Order: sequence, then structure tokens, then C-alpha cells
Amino acid sequence: MRERKGVEVSIAAADAAAMADIDLVAAYPITPQTHIVEHLSELVASGELDAQYIAVESEHSAMSVCCGSSAVGARTFTCTSSQGLALMNEIVFLTASLRLPIVMITANRSLSGPLSIWNDHSDVMSVRDCGWIQIFAENGQDVFDQVLFCFRVAENPEVSLPVMLNIDGFALTHVIEPVEYWNKEDVKKFLPDFEPVNRLNPDDPITLGALAMPDIFTEIKKAQDQALINSKTEILKAWQEIGEITGRFYKPVETYKAEGAKILFLTMGSIGETVSIAIDELRDKGEDVGLLKLRLWRPFPFEELFEEIRNAKEIIVIDRAVSFGGPGGPVASEIRSALYGRNNMPQISSYICGLAGRDVIPEDYISIYHRVKEDQQKELRLNNSIYYGVRE
Amino acid sequence: METNSKPGWKDLEVGFALSTPGSAREYKTGDWRSERPVVDTEKCIQCGICYIFCPDMAITKTEKGYFVADLYYCKGCGICARECFTGCVKMVTEEE
Amino acid sequence: MEPLNVYASRLVTKKEHFTPGHKACQGCAEALAVRLVSKALGKNVIVANATGCMEVISTTYPHTSWEVPWMHVAFENTGAVISGIEGGVKALVRKGKLPERNTVFVGMGGDGATCDIGFQALSGAFERGHDIVYVCFDNEAYMNTGIQRSSSTPFGAKTTTTPDGVKTHGEVHWKKNMPKIAVAHNIPYVATACPSYPLDLIRKVEKAAKMKGPAYVHILSVCPTGWRIPTKDAIWIGRLAVETGVFPLYEVTDGKYDLTFPDLELKPVKEYLSPQGRFKHFTPGLYEVFQKQVTENYEKLKSRIYL
Repeated sequence: MRERKGVEVSIAAADAAAMADIDLVAAYPITPQTHIVEHLSELVASGELDAQYIAVESEHSAMSVCCGSSAVGARTFTCTSSQGLALMNEIVFLTASLRLPIVMITANRSLSGPLSIWNDHSDVMSVRDCGWIQIFAENGQDVFDQVLFCFRVAENPEVSLPVMLNIDGFALTHVIEPVEYWNKEDVKKFLPDFEPVNRLNPDDPITLGALAMPDIFTEIKKAQDQALINSKTEILKAWQEIGEITGRFYKPVETYKAEGAKILFLTMGSIGETVSIAIDELRDKGEDVGLLKLRLWRPFPFEELFEEIRNAKEIIVIDRAVSFGGPGGPVASEIRSALYGRNNMPQISSYICGLAGRDVIPEDYISIYHRVKEDQQKELRLNNSIYYGVRE
Repeated sequence: METNSKPGWKDLEVGFALSTPGSAREYKTGDWRSERPVVDTEKCIQCGICYIFCPDMAITKTEKGYFVADLYYCKGCGICARECFTGCVKMVTEEE
Repeated sequence: MEPLNVYASRLVTKKEHFTPGHKACQGCAEALAVRLVSKALGKNVIVANATGCMEVISTTYPHTSWEVPWMHVAFENTGAVISGIEGGVKALVRKGKLPERNTVFVGMGGDGATCDIGFQALSGAFERGHDIVYVCFDNEAYMNTGIQRSSSTPFGAKTTTTPDGVKTHGEVHWKKNMPKIAVAHNIPYVATACPSYPLDLIRKVEKAAKMKGPAYVHILSVCPTGWRIPTKDAIWIGRLAVETGVFPLYEVTDGKYDLTFPDLELKPVKEYLSPQGRFKHFTPGLYEVFQKQVTENYEKLKSRIYL
């Protein structure tokens, strides 16, 4: 019988990491990730979790400590947000190139300036190309299940890549949700012991992190890229297994009343649940609209996206970050890019919503929907992002 | 690993790891030098000072116990000649 | 002077865990220092190395000069990486996933990686008391990128970012006293060493490896390329650095200072400075300023022995 309780999502995330029996956690506190690291330190202090808790002096050092730890074969975990992710930026890229299976929760928060502690996706969008496997969680149960998923996929010897789990800061980290915890047996069955592909070991000395001249660098990067692309196989396998254990089957692209819909919203993260309320209201009024929720961000889920779009004529992408001077919001640009050149390519609109925690309610999404329908009458559709709700 | 034929991306180790320790041994740094140390074994007292001060580990011991330059690696820096206790090591110009 | 037992070289292990075929410049005393440190530490080590001369010359893909487990991540995080290695192994041993091997965890970095960009990470590692050895190979500038100044560059030295001109004459700041900063962290062992005194260097590194908690060894690494001296003079100049008191050799064990050469009669600094191209522009005035500071520092150091 699995335990189901109302718990703050941060606590659930930390508990999941503890259930995975991590060996080392190195993290620097930053709002809104703090409850995760605080609870982990409680679990270590009480003896419930046997792990090294390294209270590092910056996020850059946090990821660096994790590199060292993962390289000797310790199951390693960290979390950060916003400025912390930006500070550890160079090491984030390095971790993926070194193929170290570190698991990190990013409690999504706006990148400065101005300073903001509230939720949007500008932090994760700044590391799109870092080479990590990146997924988004939608609710508390999702977060708990995905933490275990992250270790399973990262440490799989066919993958051996770091995994980033994105959870919306405050909107998800600080809310109390019903979460069904796994049994110890479930975890043991799902998550094997960590056997690293490369281990720093005096009995079998290896060199990690050499300098590469121009004549070999391209090959090294191609190998890394292919590893990320190939990881999809293990990702799907792991989600299938979670489904068999818990009854919750996760997919790279989740849908809500999307089948056959002519207009689709596309979201990432917890706002999907808010948009689904808008979808219900619209559909009650006879509108032909549905919702796609992108769970897998990297490696990009091309096949699943193509399949779920079906006959949609329009995709309304809700971006929660700005690509300054760029061709639309980050997610919209990627969706356009992925669909470019395909037969019956849908029109893609980019709406920037909810920057730095500004509330966006179902009425707002309904308003966006009607606005898009108006735009559909126009001859010339512009590609640039629309800042929804900005005061002129 | 062959240094003549360059590897393709499929040949590489995971995370560009190098699992052959000391693979640099195959790299000939002896091509760098313009001078070479020569030992006068009459004066050599086999103290090993030249051996310990060589930054390139390019001093080896002969069967008789004299320390001579390993010409595969010796870069001709001249430290051994300068530090030699009895002055029995001299640097001579490399000829073509 | 060191009671040089000329036959003592043969007491040193013949094993080389740092292999020839590395791409260091001719006469690189830093490579020699790495070689000697490797001899002192043996094979039961894990090394975290910063970006810099030693990293680049020893691991150009596909060649590696290392016969011990070795990892390079970035320039400024060696203190953190070695903390992670130590922490990871500690956890795995405690949880029974790895046998206890008493492996020595060694962080290596140049003066840039240690005193400047990597300062924070090292300070954090010291403060948290990780059981590590950190070795700073100090060639007194950012040599690998083309001889730019670091906080470890001595006063007056010419570098590519502190040239000798009309307005300024070489480096305007005094060398950062990194060993003193290490001592201020209250770590069990701090030592300075120079490869011109190889047996002393090996002894200090062996002692550092045996210490419980963080140990710091600061090694003066003569760089003929950057200091503008003939390659053959690397050892001789390193010796002069010690003999003139510019780079005194000492150890601090649990806060107690010990001078390696307690009764040293200091030679004038000019003997050390004038053969180096990077000090060629020195006027008698500059020599005087330099000498005064060195004498003062040395007196201060001696006074700490009696604290």
C-alpha cells in the first residue's frame, strides 16, 4: 500500500531524492529552491539519509563538487534556480560533455535584471544548448515520480548524461499537493545501483577532461550530441516502467482534449493545468481547441510532436521567457523550427505570459484564444512574440 | 590508438575519456632539441643529480650505472649539464 | 645550505607516474615540480587539475602523461572538484560501496587557478575541512595564455599585461601571500617548496598527504619562457629565490612555523633578479625597494617562529 499524503512539493522532491539513496548533495541556497535543500539537510541530520551534504560557497562550486563526486561513482544530486543556474553555466555545459550523470532540479525562476524571485522559464531557456536531458514537471506527483526517473535515466550506461528536472518556482515548489510516495521495493526495482561508465579509480586510472585540438573536437561533439539523441530510447523505457509500477504513464508530449483540435495551445510546466481549465470552458462553448504539454524538452521530441499536432491549423505557444531581439519566444522558435517545411505546417503564434510570476488566469488564455481567432482573419501574420497583458 | 589514422566519432570513448594511462609516452619530444647532453663517464660519479632534475624524465640509467639522456624525449634544455656536480655533462649541438 | 648528500638522489623512487612525452617547454621547472609531487604521492591518488600549463601540456587528446586517475573540469573550480571527489569517495566508503583505500585526494593548479580565479573554491574547500592536499604550482603569471600578470606576479616584474613603460615599470602590486592566507584558514599543514630542493619538496608533499584535513603546498615553479632566462638556469634561479629570501621555504604545522633553513644568511636580491629578463629594466631604486620589502617580510616570517 503506497503512502499518499498532502505535502509541499519541495519536500516531496527532497524525499524522492532521499528514497533514491543519493550519496552526495552539494547545493547553494537560492529562492525558491531553498526548501528542497533544507529538507535534505534535515534528512541527513536525522540519519534518514546517509549522504555527504556539502554546503558549498557558490553554485559554481556546487556543480563542480557534483562533477568530482559523480566522477568517482557517487550518486549525486543538486538543485538551483535563476542566478544560480547562470553562475554555474560553464560547468553545466562541461558536465554534459564529460557525460557525468548528475541530477539537478531547477526551480524555475526569472533571470535578473531586474532582480526577481518569481517564476518563469528564462533560467532554463538560457541553457537550452547545454547538452543535458531536460524535462518539465506539472504537479507534485509528477515531481516525485520524475526525480526517480532522472536518476534511472542519467545513470543508465547507455545514456550517462546529466538530467535537469524543471519545476516552477513557488507555483510548484511551495504548494501543497497530494503525492503518492513509492514503496522502498518499487524504488529498488526501478532504480539499480549506480555503476559509472567512467570512474576515477587508482586501480584503473583514466584521464577525464583532456584538451582537444581542432582535428578531433568536432567528432567529440558529434558523439555527445548523438548520445543525447539516443537517450530517448531509455527515457521512453523508464516512463513505461513508471507506468507499470504506478499506473501513471508519462509521455514526451502530453495532451489534453487535443485530438482533432484545429487550434492547440502549447505549454510547458505547471501552467498546463491552468490552461486546461480554459480549454474546458472554450470547448463547452463549442470551440475546437486543445492543449499540448511539452514534458520532454531535450532531446526534442520530434516524432511525438508531429503525431500530436495532427490536423491542427494553429498552435498558440505560451512562452515564459523572452528571446531578446529574436524570432519569437524560445519555445515558439523551436516549435516553428521543428515543423518547418512539413506538409500542412500549422501557423504558430508566440505569446509571452507570466514573466516573473505574474498571474495568468484561465480568462487570460480564453482572451488569447479569441485574439488568435481574430488574427486568423488577417492576411499578414507576424512572427514576433506578443507580450500578453503588458501595459503600454 | 593510431596517431596516423584519425578516429571517427564512433571510435571515441564516452565523455572523451582517455583510458590508456601514460599514452603520452608515444609522443617524441626529442625532435624539439637543438642541443644534446653528452656524458663523460670517466668523470661521472653516478650521483643521480641529472636524473632528479630532468623535467622530462629523459635521463635513464645504463647497465653500468651511468645516467644518460633518453634521446626520444630529451628536449635539450641543458639543466642536467648545468647542475651536474662534477661538470661531466656537456651540451653539444645537434647536427642534421 | 641543504646538507646535500649527493647520493641522496638515488634514494628517491625511480617510478614515474607522470610520463615523458609531455609538451612542456624546455627547462620547465613546473613540469619538474609535478614530476616530484607525483613521486611523493605514488599511485594511490586521485588528481583534480585546473586549466593551465600543466593541464594543457599533459593531456592533449589523445595523449595523457598521467598514470593516476586525473580529472580536469575548468579553471577556477579545482578546490570544489577535489572536494567533490573526496566527499563522493567518503560517502561510498561509509555506505560500504567502496573499500577504504586511504586514497590521497590532490588538487593541482597554477597561481592563477589558485590565488585568483580559483580562490573562492579553494577557500571553501579549506573552510569545510576536506581531507585533501592542494598543490599550487606558482610560476608567477598566467603563463599558459601568454605570460599575463596574476596576483602572484612579483613587484616590478614585466609581464604582457604589466609592461615596462614611461608611466609604469612592470607590476605595480606586491605578490599575494597565498601561504599566509592558507594558514589563516587554520588548516593543519601549509608548506612552501621549490623543485631546486627536490628532496625537501618530496618530504613536504609526503607530509601533506599524511595530514588529516586540508594541506596546502605552494611550489615556486621557475618558468624560463616567462621569466626570460636560459632554459638551463631553471634550477639555479629557483635556488637563488630561496637563498635571497624572495621565496623562503617553511612549513606551518597546526599553526606552528618552521623555517626549512633556519640559519640562512640572505644573499642580496639583485643576485636573483638581475639574471631574469623580466627584471631587466630594474634601476638601483627599484632594487632598493624590492630588497627592503624582502628583508622586512623575512624578518616577519622569522618572528612567527617564536610566537
